[in-house]
Amino acid sequence: MTPNFIITSPLQATSFVMEDITELTLDDLCRACAAQADIIIELVSEGVIDSAQAEPGQTPEHWRFTGTHLHRAKVALRLHRDLGVNFAGAALVLQLMDELQALKAGRPVMNL
Amino acid sequence: MEFKDYYAVMGVDKSATPDDIKRAHRKLARKYHPDVSKEKDAEARFKELAEAYDVLKDPEKRAAYDRLGANYKAGQDFQPPPDWADKQAGQGGYAQGFEAGDGQDHSAFFDALFRGMKGDGRGQGNYERGQRSHEAFDMHGQDQHAKIQIEIEDSYNGATRTLQLRVQVDGSDGRSRLDDRTIEFVIPRGIRAGQHIRLAAQGAPGIGKGSPGDLYLDVEMLPHALYRTDGFDVLMDLPIAPWEAALGADVIAPTPTGQVEIKIPAGSTHGRKLRVKGRGLPAKTPGDFYFVLKIAQPPASSETEKKAYADLHTAFNLFNPRSQIEELV
Repeated sequence: MTPNFIITSPLQATSFVMEDITELTLDDLCRACAAQADIIIELVSEGVIDSAQAEPGQTPEHWRFTGTHLHRAKVALRLHRDLGVNFAGAALVLQLMDELQALKAGRPVMNL
Repeated sequence: MEFKDYYAVMGVDKSATPDDIKRAHRKLARKYHPDVSKEKDAEARFKELAEAYDVLKDPEKRAAYDRLGANYKAGQDFQPPPDWADKQAGQGGYAQGFEAGDGQDHSAFFDALFRGMKGDGRGQGNYERGQRSHEAFDMHGQDQHAKIQIEIEDSYNGATRTLQLRVQVDGSDGRSRLDDRTIEFVIPRGIRAGQHIRLAAQGAPGIGKGSPGDLYLDVEMLPHALYRTDGFDVLMDLPIAPWEAALGADVIAPTPTGQVEIKIPAGSTHGRKLRVKGRGLPAKTPGDFYFVLKIAQPPASSETEKKAYADLHTAFNLFNPRSQIEELV
């Protein structure tokens, strides 16, 4: 017999902060962004994100990313989807947003 | 439910051309996009706009909406006509069903108008067909994405949150159904705006022996009346009187970790930052807390107050606030 009651206690889930993982793979990044690998590769080639620890001749499977890359990739993908901004334009927006944040906090603006 | 005036949302006329509508969408989308907007209700406005554009950019949806909307005003109570869905489904292209772009969550009004037409025809049907033809098929469950909003205090203290999710599960009869699920998870101390939390195996269930997908949460920090964050650092504007800036003062001021007494050094200038080390967001190396001094100007209303300013003028008769400008001209 199936017991006749409803379990109401919530499921316990363990939180991982993605940004604490310092070595995200291309696959990790794709999943966290819900994007195909070729899109992420395009983001790298347009300079929206740079791949950490990439040496010349290394294939995308060797690329490693950080939480900052994840954040930038997601913003760029949203700007692209919602405003029709291309990735080069998104890279510019991200740079200006960094400057704005620095100005607001009264930090010197870094010229990248 | 309330009738929504999509033309008013987009600020265009009923006679607007597709080009007008596209232009209006781009303009408002830039204004209200949550990633770039400084407007308070940006997120809500942006959603509303996306829904309106979804309808008005599509000639068929727009025509259907126009036919129905002729007799309604915004905010008026609205019920779709009883034969609405059937009528629409009968008209060629509609049989495909309208779907919200990118699976965005549109209003109940939108659902009543356009989702009903989908009926059991598409989403559900395809899913079931897929199930049957791939019975021996194992697939990793889909990842899911959601957003959570936290207060700055949640980052200081950590917090436990529950999240309601609607998930598709396979029933014992082989049909899929939607289940509400409650997940409890921890917001770790020191979390910052723009970070992402992953809840492993809390996404959509896998197919066959496939493992379930993960649930990704975008962390958004709600604006606080006093505090703002910059990475791990937390800042707060602290208004002071001109004499406090000039002569120094002891001031009691709040921080998220409790009140502190701070010494304002004599000769402080507008915009000077006073650091309280280690009182920013928690981390291995915690951020710092900053008071940003803002000199508040007392008004000169009474005769005594006016005289005080005049005395100030006499005492500082060599002070020229525009000396730099004059040197340059």
